[in-house]
Amino acid sequence: MAEFFIELFSEEIPSGMQAGAAVELGNMLAKALSGLNPRDLRTFFGARRIAASLTVDAEIPARNVSERGPREGAPEKALAGFTRKHGVTPDELTLENGFWVLNKSLDPVSAESRVAEAVPELLWKFPWPKSMRWGAGSNFTWVRPLRRIACLLDGHVVPFALAREGDDAHGLKASNLSEGHRFLAPGPFEILSGQQWQEELETRSVIVDMDSRRDMVRTGVTRLADQHGIMVVQDDGLVDEVCGLVEYPVPLLGKIDAAFMDLPAEVMQVSMRINQRYFALRNPDGKAAPYFAFVGNLPFKDGGKLTTAGNERVLRARFADARHFWDLDRKTKLADRVPALAAVTFHAELGTQAERAERISKLAGTVAQAMGLDGAQIAQAERAGLLAKADLTTGMVGEFPELQGVMGGYYAVHDGEDEAVSRAVAEHYLPRGQSDDTAKAPVSVAVALADRLDLLAGFFAIGELPSGSGDPYALRRAALGIIRTIRDNGLRLDLSELFAQAANGRTGGELAKLPDFIAERLRVQLRSEGERHDVLAATLAGGLDGDLVRLLARTSALSEMIQTEDGRNLLAAAKRAANILRIEDKKDGPHTGAPDPALYTQDEERALATGLDQAVPAIETALKEERFTDAMQAIAALRPTLDRFFEAVTVNTPEPEVRANRLKLLSRFRETTALIADFGQIEG
Amino acid sequence: MSATRPLCFQDLILRLHQFWSEKGCAILQPYDTELGAGTLSPHTTLRALGPKPWAAAYVQPCRRPSDGRYGENPNRLQHYYQYQVLLKPTPEDSQQLLLDSYRAIGIDPELHDIRFVEDDWENPTIGAWGLGWEVWCDGMEVSQFTYFQQVGGIPTVMPSTELTYGLERLAMYVQGVENVYDLDFNGKGLTYGDVFLRAEQDYSRHNFELADTQMLLTHFNDAERESMRLAEAGVAQPAYDQCLKASHLFNLLDARGVISVSERASYIGRVRELAKDACEAWLAGEEETSHG
Repeated sequence: MAEFFIELFSEEIPSGMQAGAAVELGNMLAKALSGLNPRDLRTFFGARRIAASLTVDAEIPARNVSERGPREGAPEKALAGFTRKHGVTPDELTLENGFWVLNKSLDPVSAESRVAEAVPELLWKFPWPKSMRWGAGSNFTWVRPLRRIACLLDGHVVPFALAREGDDAHGLKASNLSEGHRFLAPGPFEILSGQQWQEELETRSVIVDMDSRRDMVRTGVTRLADQHGIMVVQDDGLVDEVCGLVEYPVPLLGKIDAAFMDLPAEVMQVSMRINQRYFALRNPDGKAAPYFAFVGNLPFKDGGKLTTAGNERVLRARFADARHFWDLDRKTKLADRVPALAAVTFHAELGTQAERAERISKLAGTVAQAMGLDGAQIAQAERAGLLAKADLTTGMVGEFPELQGVMGGYYAVHDGEDEAVSRAVAEHYLPRGQSDDTAKAPVSVAVALADRLDLLAGFFAIGELPSGSGDPYALRRAALGIIRTIRDNGLRLDLSELFAQAANGRTGGELAKLPDFIAERLRVQLRSEGERHDVLAATLAGGLDGDLVRLLARTSALSEMIQTEDGRNLLAAAKRAANILRIEDKKDGPHTGAPDPALYTQDEERALATGLDQAVPAIETALKEERFTDAMQAIAALRPTLDRFFEAVTVNTPEPEVRANRLKLLSRFRETTALIADFGQIEG
Repeated sequence: MSATRPLCFQDLILRLHQFWSEKGCAILQPYDTELGAGTLSPHTTLRALGPKPWAAAYVQPCRRPSDGRYGENPNRLQHYYQYQVLLKPTPEDSQQLLLDSYRAIGIDPELHDIRFVEDDWENPTIGAWGLGWEVWCDGMEVSQFTYFQQVGGIPTVMPSTELTYGLERLAMYVQGVENVYDLDFNGKGLTYGDVFLRAEQDYSRHNFELADTQMLLTHFNDAERESMRLAEAGVAQPAYDQCLKASHLFNLLDARGVISVSERASYIGRVRELAKDACEAWLAGEEETSHG
């Protein structure tokens, strides 16, 4: 048993790549050293290094392996090729089960020689998302120049070099050296073990454990906020990013100049986060606090006074820029910006943003009408649809695209647009992601749906569908946005009709696939909520019901029904009937049409026929009136009748007319279940 | 440096010249045509190609017509200076050299927060890209650090380190000034505004209101034709000059707002073709001289 340790010390690694690279390093090592039974994997990462430690066996033990060669009687050439490949003579082969086989006994391999062989190979092919060349001509690439490789087994250097065939690989070779903080502890130190490395780094001002860095940032920022009675806007992504930029996190607090506190809070936060990686803070009343938190890379000699002043100055310049856009943008009304959208291409085949604005406006009116909104609201939806994209031409959105909509909302308020219109301009991008809320205000909902309907119909009409992992126009997200907005608001809409409106006279392309696309997103969404996707598949079998609310109500009623004992048995009976029909229909089917009561020979047949005659109208009425549970009960009530039928009646009786009539009866039962769903899709 | 008084603008340049001269760089003078960035100078673009070592430093005036703000914005200029260093091949201690140069102009990394923040640099008009960082000092980007991987669409056989300092920003930082026009230019009472304010006002009018777009268009086409003809003839730098002119003319047309979004890509593509041809012509000449 031995401790294996490796550190790859480089120039600064992009923050977002560090964690993935550490995982990759661990996986590759586990695979490359699999013969040594690797275990206790730990990985580390930071601004200038990735590292891993493992426990491994001292050696790969001696073992026998056999390699199967060509078939007995294969051409000479094949046999010669096999022996040459393994460097043996034909008389070293044996015949086993008709094949030539080479049985080799392999000597034990020490951990040291396995590591020395495997690690350079692994480093040459390490899959950084983007890597680079440097120096005078080596083709060894890394994410940024690799400066040191430390590689140890129980504290001893595993000797290897990266050089190979005429490439010196920058002269890189394994050592037992590492480096501490760039400014506080420059120069190398000796590593004895993984444990000692981590401790020594800490004394050299490098916190190499990510969780510890996160903790220092979180608690540090919170403590500073507490001192001023304010709160940090939680942002885990920012914490992680910052922790990849610093080796020794030192949270500090800066002041925001009062002259900028009237900027929209979103503008301040985006500017701070995107440009500066600063944390935003809030007063207890939820309003922006006149402070920001940032994380320095070392405990400064002056306690951070100079750097805080510097960061405050940078932020003033940033906010001065933002103020410039804020003031300038408000000089032109959003409505007056709409014509300028004609210069912004949306997509070569789908026209400009101006054309899109027209389409969204019209469609928003249609949706509003379908939602049953009043005339004033319909007009508001049309107005908001027209203005929704106008903020794309503002300086602020040009600078911060993530403020699309938010800025439009502010500018609409400034222009004196109706409250509902301004709100819809701001909210029509909702939901922006899985965890984001959907729009709730009726006019906002109409515009949010119109925006996505136009997007989907447009791209489906020109055949630009998402493929596998590629979804450049975020059509899946748009579909999900529609589904979530409809569900959250319980909207009774006919999506098929709205798709037709959104197609705007266009036909062809892949438009016909749109309902299936929505159905698929719905399936994915329900599955992620832990719902049974097979039950949905059963209710979807007849095609997507454009009224998602109705579809889901039917699905959940079915879901409940098949969990009852009657439901489970009914399901089994339906499957049994379907099986019999499938087999018998192949012989001389189909067996459709009304059964002839004169041909019933047993009471159980008559009882089933009567049951069905009563159930069908009851189910149809219940479905029409959307009393789905009643519909389910009506069919589940057939269960005892069915049980008795299957117990007492032999469908495949020798008399052909009676048999055909019984099959017709089963067929009628199947048609009845089909009113509810395709039971064949339901598992179990 | 004297601890009491921060460097004036011109002393900052002199200090950097001194520093990089001591590190073995040729100290060159600004290139004599309009450039959008120090990278575009043939001292960088052409020299980054091919197998010959190179080390040079120079100040380059840069023109970005659409950044004009009529002298009213404290941080934005349509004409400003970059300090540009190209080191080929990439020295082992590239980062340390940059940090030492900061010390030389009075920035102490133990008092200030110096950070190397990921930046994948790309200049589509000359078909160039590289990996490196924005270098931050107390949250402000003060330099661009790039390991060139490709120039003119051609992979760099010997990668170089490119360091670009934004001189006005750096000076504002060192002097603690919030408005670029207030910068102490010479330590004797002359400000940056005294030298450049009038030009910023006039050029902003020129760039946004007055430049004759029909003429610019004609000039663009002429420069394009001439560049292709010269590259064909194998005179790389004259061909590249015309490519630079075309690039600046495009920037002016863009500032005048006469280039639509869809046309933009096509103009950039045309300039990139010229850059590629000039770079290939340069490389062909380099190979001849290294064999002859």
